[in-house]
Amino acid sequence: MFGKPWKVAVGATAIALLAAGCSSGGSDDSDSASNTIVVGIGEPQHLIPTNTTETSGAQVLAALFYPLVDFDDQNKPVTVAAESVASDDNKVWTVKLKPGFTFSNGEPVTADSYINAWNYGAYGPNAQLASYFFERIQGYADMQSVDPDEDGPKKAPEPKAKTLTGLKKVDDNTFTVTLSEPFAGWESVMGYSAFYPLPNAAFSAPGVIADGFEDAIIGNGPFKMKGTWQHDSQIEVAKVDGFKGTVPKVDGVTFKIYQDQKAEYADLTAGNVDVQTSIPIESLAAAPGDLGDRFQKSPSSSFQFVGFPTFQKEFSDVRVRRALSMAVNRQEMTDQIFLGSQKPATSFVSPAVAGFRENTCGANCQYNPTEAKTLYDQANGPKKIQITYNADGGHKAWVDAMCNQIKQSLPGVDCVGTGEPKFSDLLTKVEKKTPVGLIRLGWVMDYPLMENYLGPLYSTTGSSNYYGYSNKEFDNLVAEGSKAKTTDEAIATWQKAEDILARDMPVIPLRFGQNTYGFSEKVTNVKVDTQTRVDLYTIEVAS
Amino acid sequence: MFRYIVRRLLQMVLTFFGATFIVYALMFANQDDPLQALAGERPLTENVRQALTERYHLDQPFIVQYWYYMKGLLTGDFGTSLTNRKIADMMTTAWPVTIRLALMAIVIAAAIALLAGVISGIRRGGIFDNVTLVLTLIILSLPIIVLAPLCQLIFGIKLGWFPPTAGAHPTFWALLMPAVVLGSLVVATELRVTRASVAENLRSDYVRTARAKGLSRKRVIGVHVLRNSLIPVVTLIGVDIGGLMSGAIVTEGVFNIPGVGFNLFRGIKTEDGPLVVGFVSILVIVFLVVNLLVDLLYAALDPRIRYE
Repeated sequence: MFGKPWKVAVGATAIALLAAGCSSGGSDDSDSASNTIVVGIGEPQHLIPTNTTETSGAQVLAALFYPLVDFDDQNKPVTVAAESVASDDNKVWTVKLKPGFTFSNGEPVTADSYINAWNYGAYGPNAQLASYFFERIQGYADMQSVDPDEDGPKKAPEPKAKTLTGLKKVDDNTFTVTLSEPFAGWESVMGYSAFYPLPNAAFSAPGVIADGFEDAIIGNGPFKMKGTWQHDSQIEVAKVDGFKGTVPKVDGVTFKIYQDQKAEYADLTAGNVDVQTSIPIESLAAAPGDLGDRFQKSPSSSFQFVGFPTFQKEFSDVRVRRALSMAVNRQEMTDQIFLGSQKPATSFVSPAVAGFRENTCGANCQYNPTEAKTLYDQANGPKKIQITYNADGGHKAWVDAMCNQIKQSLPGVDCVGTGEPKFSDLLTKVEKKTPVGLIRLGWVMDYPLMENYLGPLYSTTGSSNYYGYSNKEFDNLVAEGSKAKTTDEAIATWQKAEDILARDMPVIPLRFGQNTYGFSEKVTNVKVDTQTRVDLYTIEVAS
Repeated sequence: MFRYIVRRLLQMVLTFFGATFIVYALMFANQDDPLQALAGERPLTENVRQALTERYHLDQPFIVQYWYYMKGLLTGDFGTSLTNRKIADMMTTAWPVTIRLALMAIVIAAAIALLAGVISGIRRGGIFDNVTLVLTLIILSLPIIVLAPLCQLIFGIKLGWFPPTAGAHPTFWALLMPAVVLGSLVVATELRVTRASVAENLRSDYVRTARAKGLSRKRVIGVHVLRNSLIPVVTLIGVDIGGLMSGAIVTEGVFNIPGVGFNLFRGIKTEDGPLVVGFVSILVIVFLVVNLLVDLLYAALDPRIRYE
């Protein structure tokens, strides 16, 4: 009776089948018997080591490269690709490489591999996002171009130098790094991914990276890239035969790229992904049920806090700052809003660094509404508190909760959260010293040193000190620690500096991050480090 | 007919430039600091900022930036995104998968809508009609942002019939669920328009005449009613392509398909003007071509329509 519509439907389905038929099956097939794993990541921004500052890129680089130093359980540096890293005065550092290492294309790893890569990263016009890591090396300033008329339309001239004067080759396996100032923690800094070497094949001319090298990058690590970087889809790596260093237990890793962590979680529960390093907060409630003991937590280096614009009159009284800190119930916030995925913070540096002590903030970070009220009234604190955050980062929920806690602890004080569309909008306002009230901020470390928190966040010239905290004594102690003879000595001095923060309360420490990760039944021995990377050396396919 | 097509093609050129100009201007107006988006929450050092600003002409006024962009576009160069990838390369991975997805969605939606629409149009008030009306109401009221994760959870994870995500090179099977979800966005309206149109045409004079002449019911409905009822539906399907593109942003996100919707979303989020405008340019062309095809289809469906 309805012959025609049926024919239409059949025809249409045929067309759809034809349209979709041209698929290449088999590429996604994961052979369950093989010794390879699938790790979920986001699309990396870049894979050139000196241009990689985000986790996804760092995760891939960790497979392709072998660092000079790595970190032990106490976050102290241990040499890996380096035979030794030594210095008498903490200013001139001698790096001796283990002999016999090669890049995955067969090229030997030499002192030049490091020197060339670092010079490329430090050269200003290359605009490498991690170039600031080389700041401490002698000659860095000469490699940056100075705009002649501050911010005029005139094109900036070429920098004075193309290479760091602080890098000297001694022989093929030895080079020295001269810093402009002595720094006790330099060995730890070199553990960061920006300090990986590059082979000669990377450069089409001295100081110029060859076109297409990034998509098929060659490293000195236990894995090499299989094919090229399939943007927005996946990156496959396979074991390097006869690798001289620590050999991973798996034969290969497929880094599957996800735009959305919820989609990644769906694949994790379906067994199509073996490790997800960070489970989205929407799925956290379901994760223990879905994954059982394959859902785990480990410390990460992230630190969340709000800063006081100390240059403003209403926050200049330390009693106001202490009172507001005491008015906040950190435990309740982490339990209810973050479902235990973060930990209450009562110190100014993260537990991920050597020298961390619990509770350095003392009574100032303990929830104590009565004491808060007394202090606030004594100091005659402002009647209205504003907390500004960037609305694109999912901060609204906890900022609102924090405001409610403040309103409850300090009756008569109003508190509102104000969302700026993006973090850059927030920064623009802060830089213009617009009164935005308290500023929501976060920090993830670059290298595991207390100094990496104290310097950028609280020192007068700190790169992320947006709230204008400035204390001479503190600055001196941080600098003194950096120049100390040994790391232990440095830590002792830095701890003294941290004690000053507890007195001054330039910020309210709120939460330390935790990795909340999950893995499939296929893998065991899954570890996620403080930088939210899977440890590819320990992970195993369950037999 | 030929002159009509030429005229339309000339109009398309104007529309194309107008549309890209407006989109570029909007992106520019909405841009405050695209470089900061690259660095995340870390402050960008002055040197890096300076070098990148120069590389992407970010310090130039709008019209100069637009000129750089158009100059590239007319020579076939779509430019580079802020992450230094060739936008043309991004398109060659994004467009094929989105076209497959959209095509499957259109075909699935149209097949269901026409079939069910004709049946419920003929049997107005019957059980089938009432059931489809309730079903379309449910689908209409379910936003895709709810429907997509729900389908993923039920059919992808709990039942395991489909893979939960499709990826960049999906099989037909993996793409089927996203296509059905995407098609649901338009199926309800298409179905209702078909139903109303069929019901109206069944009452018209020429159908009565055809019946009076003793034509078989099959022929009356199959040729006379259906052909005339298709005109509004075809228009709707043409317009729906736009709806599918916006729905694709959500669907592609949920099912992890790195297609056009995802790239547009990424471009807007990172204030990447060239990236957005590049994809929109192609979208504009798709729209224009589809609209031309729809107009030409009118003439095929209704002999009274003639283009001069």
